[in-house]
Amino acid sequence: MNTAIWFDLAYLIGSVGIVWGLKRMSSPDSAGAGNTLAAIGMGLAIVAAVFYPLGDADKGNLAWIFGGLALGSAVGYVLAKKVAMTSMPQMVSLLNGMGGATALILGLVEYLRIGPDNAAFGSNFAVVFALLVGSVSFSGSVLAYLKLEGKVDDKKITLSFHSVFNLMLLALVLGGTLALSYSTDWGLGLLILFTLLALFYGLSFVAPIGGADMPVVISLLNSFTGISAATAGFVYGNLMMIVGGILVGASGTILTLMMCKAMNRSLWNVIVGGFGTAAAGVASDSNQQVKSVGLTDAAIQLAYSKTVLVVPGYGLAVAQAQKVCKELDELLEANGVDVRYGIHPVAGRMPGHMNVLLAEADVPYLKLLDLDEANDFLKQCDAVVVIGANDVVNPAAERDPSSSIYGMPVLKVWQAKNTIVMKRSMGKGYAGIENPLFFEKNTYMLFGDAKQTLQALVAEVKGLG
Amino acid sequence: MKFAGLFVCIPNLNPNAALMNALIEMLSANYLLIFLLVFTVILGFEIISKVPTVLHTPLMSGSNAISGIVIIGAILLIRQSPSDAWFELTAGMFGLALAMVNVVGGFVVTQRMLEMFKKKKK
Repeated sequence: MNTAIWFDLAYLIGSVGIVWGLKRMSSPDSAGAGNTLAAIGMGLAIVAAVFYPLGDADKGNLAWIFGGLALGSAVGYVLAKKVAMTSMPQMVSLLNGMGGATALILGLVEYLRIGPDNAAFGSNFAVVFALLVGSVSFSGSVLAYLKLEGKVDDKKITLSFHSVFNLMLLALVLGGTLALSYSTDWGLGLLILFTLLALFYGLSFVAPIGGADMPVVISLLNSFTGISAATAGFVYGNLMMIVGGILVGASGTILTLMMCKAMNRSLWNVIVGGFGTAAAGVASDSNQQVKSVGLTDAAIQLAYSKTVLVVPGYGLAVAQAQKVCKELDELLEANGVDVRYGIHPVAGRMPGHMNVLLAEADVPYLKLLDLDEANDFLKQCDAVVVIGANDVVNPAAERDPSSSIYGMPVLKVWQAKNTIVMKRSMGKGYAGIENPLFFEKNTYMLFGDAKQTLQALVAEVKGLG
Repeated sequence: MKFAGLFVCIPNLNPNAALMNALIEMLSANYLLIFLLVFTVILGFEIISKVPTVLHTPLMSGSNAISGIVIIGAILLIRQSPSDAWFELTAGMFGLALAMVNVVGGFVVTQRMLEMFKKKKK
């Protein structure tokens, strides 16, 4: 009796689990169940793959399989339980790189198995392409991880002609992909050379992209890993791998485009690394002065406001200040202040980064306003607290056509009656441009580490009551 | 056939005809798979474009876990390798373990995040 059909049905059910699970991710209430559903679908797929009847091709080796499963589960579980919410972008990059590495390994081994003198272009192409995309996504994710950990300095690894260099590399690896697919007679040496080139391309691709552009590159790498998995699905003729891989590819692509749109830049512009080299933007008036504000004044200003909007940025994550932020929120709410949060889509280092941090600090997600909602709210807002954000609140994006961020949708915090900016120093944001917001007449600066400043502010507000 | 130039260096090959044949061969051999691919792309875009900003990070780590589906390939590779093929078995197990880290790590971390969102409801 042919029992394969039962396992194929298991794959089908698993795929439905994944699709349905992703669909349930569209609301915070059902997202948890959605994730569980997707995990069950995945588990079903793994069981089906382990026991799928392969006939004579089946050599067993179950010990190797269970060994790998146990090892991977243990490492994955520990990593996931230990990681801090502030390090989520690094974690996602790292995990993503591992999926890519698997596609790389499968591509290499399967290519060597094909043996010489095989001209089946289609099947060879799937193998080489999985190898290519897997390699790029692996090395790119590792570099993204190192960047997010602050272990690599963007400027030191970027060449002045980087985009041309990358295009040449891309042409080379694509040419290599076609050549390796056409003929399998190139030998081990050239295969390894190709793999190294693909790995190098991944590094070189991510090298010039950094800082505030990280959400884009992380989404893009996510989509690459999905595509490599789907391509490997073609190699093994496995429908579920194709479905799973493509869904991830689609989700990564959508997030990438959303992030680009949030910055009003094209994907190409982000990849080339358009920021940084641009001219200084606003001709900064050197006799403009920023106004500092004392903690007591700031506390009074906030406590006697009707509405307060908090604008968090990467600085909040760096200082791990989300819990103190919530504490301030509670104190103000107790004083009858309506506190909301304005979340810019590219605040932080990955899509939704700020939302997760605030959720960790128990801020109800209904208090989190997206860009449009926040801008509506700002029209009648008494005070804004900017915590470690810079470019996303820069009025030059609206007013100064010569600025490199001109046209980027921003949070119009200058429309509020008063704005308090918490900042480490007068340093520039990722885009490397002046922020005229700091010189506005109703902007007050509070210099220092976000967490310490917030703690001091909390103490002041308590003192008022 | 503007890519033809790339293949001139490959011996015993009439570039134009070979490329065309290879393409046709690839398409017809994989027609059903390509059909599935196209519809999955549409389905993926439809589902994911409805996810709100609040959930972008969990969506990303969750879909990241799903990309670990490549694990099926590693399992099939190991099962089809001769028991004395140490290179294939070692490489396969290494790939399998990495993919499993991706799967388990991705789902667990997503669950952790979503639990934080859930308790906010009250």
